[in-house]
Amino acid sequence: MYEPKIVAFFCKWCTSAGADLAGTSRLKYPPNVVGIRVMCSSRIDPEHIMAAFRNGADGVFIGGCHPGDCHYQTGNYQTLKRITLLKQMIEDLGINPQRLRLEWISAAEGQRFSEIIKEFTQQVKNLGQLKSEPLQ
Amino acid sequence: MKRIGVFICHCGINIAGTVDIEKLTSQIKEYPNVVHVENYKYMCSSPGQQLINQQIMDKNLDAVVVAACSPSLHENTFRTSVQRVEMNPYNCEIANIREQCSWVHDDKQIATDKAAKIIKSMVEKTVLDEPLMPITVPVNRKALVIGGGVAGMQAALNIANNGYEVILVERESSIGGHMAMLSETFPTLDCSQCILTPKMVEVDQHPNITLITYSEVVEVSGFVGNFKVKIKQKAKYVDWEKCNGCGDCITECPINTPSEFEQQLGERHAIYRPFPQAVPNKVIVDMDECIQCMVCQVFCPTDAIDFNQKDSIVEQEVGAIVLATGYQLYSLKNLPEYGGGEIEDVIDGLAFERLLSASGPTQGVVKRPSDGKIPQDVVFIQCAGSRDPENHMPYCSRICCMYTAKHAMLYKHRVHQGRAYIFYMDIRSGGKDYEEFVQRVMEEERVVYLRGKVSRLYEEDGKVVVCGTDTLTRRNVEIKADLVVTATPIRPIEDIDQLSKLFKISINQNGFLTEAHPKLRPVESLTSGIYLAGCAQAPRDIPDTVAQASGAASMVCALFSSDQLYHDPIIAGVDEDLCSGCGICVGVCPYSARTLNREKGIVEVNEVLCEACGACSAACPSGAAQQRNFTDIQLKNMVKAILG
Repeated sequence: MYEPKIVAFFCKWCTSAGADLAGTSRLKYPPNVVGIRVMCSSRIDPEHIMAAFRNGADGVFIGGCHPGDCHYQTGNYQTLKRITLLKQMIEDLGINPQRLRLEWISAAEGQRFSEIIKEFTQQVKNLGQLKSEPLQ
Repeated sequence: MKRIGVFICHCGINIAGTVDIEKLTSQIKEYPNVVHVENYKYMCSSPGQQLINQQIMDKNLDAVVVAACSPSLHENTFRTSVQRVEMNPYNCEIANIREQCSWVHDDKQIATDKAAKIIKSMVEKTVLDEPLMPITVPVNRKALVIGGGVAGMQAALNIANNGYEVILVERESSIGGHMAMLSETFPTLDCSQCILTPKMVEVDQHPNITLITYSEVVEVSGFVGNFKVKIKQKAKYVDWEKCNGCGDCITECPINTPSEFEQQLGERHAIYRPFPQAVPNKVIVDMDECIQCMVCQVFCPTDAIDFNQKDSIVEQEVGAIVLATGYQLYSLKNLPEYGGGEIEDVIDGLAFERLLSASGPTQGVVKRPSDGKIPQDVVFIQCAGSRDPENHMPYCSRICCMYTAKHAMLYKHRVHQGRAYIFYMDIRSGGKDYEEFVQRVMEEERVVYLRGKVSRLYEEDGKVVVCGTDTLTRRNVEIKADLVVTATPIRPIEDIDQLSKLFKISINQNGFLTEAHPKLRPVESLTSGIYLAGCAQAPRDIPDTVAQASGAASMVCALFSSDQLYHDPIIAGVDEDLCSGCGICVGVCPYSARTLNREKGIVEVNEVLCEACGACSAACPSGAAQQRNFTDIQLKNMVKAILG
């Protein structure tokens, strides 16, 4: 059966801590998502996301702090701008933008973390394996 | 090739229960750059740490990856441990295979595969990790306190008593702030002047405190431990070196104008000191009112009057800054339902404080402003603009319940036959001995508490008619009052926006300065080296203000306790060969750590200001702004390792 490969980037202060809380609370979620911890979601360069797609990722997930809660004041706003633009660009490149997801998950939202991961994994599963699709 | 050792922790059965440790060990052994893999029951235990250190020496390892719990738990433990065998702490990384793997999966095969991916990605990061040394910064052990109210004074005294120099800047000519205006303070009814003036004198005479009043900070640059500030000293038209505070000039000045200190209820002259106990005890000339008749000059025994004085700028270098800029009251002009400031006998809480004060315009006799009559019916309106998100301020101003109870009590003490009514929404008396105080006012002083809001008030036959509702009896109430005292919201100072820009401190939606963390870092700002005290951060009473100011002072002293500051070195630098000087990174840096050097055509980084978010690294189009140990290549290699 097809199991999607998903690369995730978590900011250290909120989403990675939220993922840790999901672990401490023993909340199960699918194993497809493997996370990379960075200091801030704003460290994620669109290039890293493209590298993931190029190397076989079927989906890419980015988790940052809620608006107004960024440890670095405005980092998550930079991320939002970049991801919004990148979604438009990957669509032009034949990648369904639903394969790229940005979410704000706080350190207190272990439950929400596990639910979003479940949902995103299912979403990518439904989209099937990423193949380059011709321009419409 | 870097020689990497991987140490896999069982964490009892926490990891070993769902991860096949032996299989994982043999898988990781095959991975490039890994020269040694070992597992142990509890890696964080003392034998576990010794095991790692022994292998570092025996196998001549350059770096280690500890596959265990979340780095938020033991990254520091292991990084400290490896330093004992001379390994750079930044060559020790943690692969989180517990919180983000073994605890969230049930299937052993699945969990083992995922753990392998997590470890491999951390190995890829470690391969390119550089050894880093903490960035050291010298500390200038001199503090700047802005605001000479009780918060600023307390902070200044605490820091000064710890043996450090303090510069205290106050925009008025005297320190004392709002507390100097108060009559008596709840819940103990200490006379405010009596407890405050000794403190003011102590500040003035303290050998470690330089008091700069009638001045404002106009420019700030630098960073923690090394701030540079420019302070504008406003022209006083009096040479304070010569002025002895005798006040002869004040008596002779022919101009009378409403006194700000007396809340416009009393008068002052054009040459004046705000109140008799002013510290420093010096006079200033209000040039807007002065007619330059020169009478003061004639009567000044020390020849101190100098009409040629100009504003001047002094520069100071300090290591830490405490912002204690205080508050103002929301103006009655904003409350048309309560007369919009047009009805003379509707006043705010601070004005009533002056009417109660023995040194106030009426020498403590409660007289109403319009005709000087002693009011027989006084209505107090709480939440006059606070807790009113639709029309005014959404927040609770915290002190009004208490000072209104105090006002009613003091009024009843002065006017025994008088009747006091208090309209309230709720009584919030959380504080030591506060509830007991309110109960005393309700029961012993026979003050009428009416639970409800005042809808409007208007003047009629020399009275102020107050229309409200008593929600407990469900009846509308109309009171013909002689005087109405409103508890208007506490607001940040008028120019809080400029202050926030000047110091790069954010403000919340209501304009109060934002602390670094609402619970765990309440006296620090997000800008390292800048601390907060008093009502500039949020409305608060005197005990809380003093406690917070002492807290801020102790943070300053902690900062000053060493010669050097250590700053995390995982910052983003500039590769001068790659930088094209486009300046995109400058705009995305939230800390102003990056500046464009137009001459050299490259961006320069102030390493101390960089907090290592990496926003610039992602924004840099040429790859010149690499975050140390989070470089593009490292992140891409990690991605590849995960995808296998």
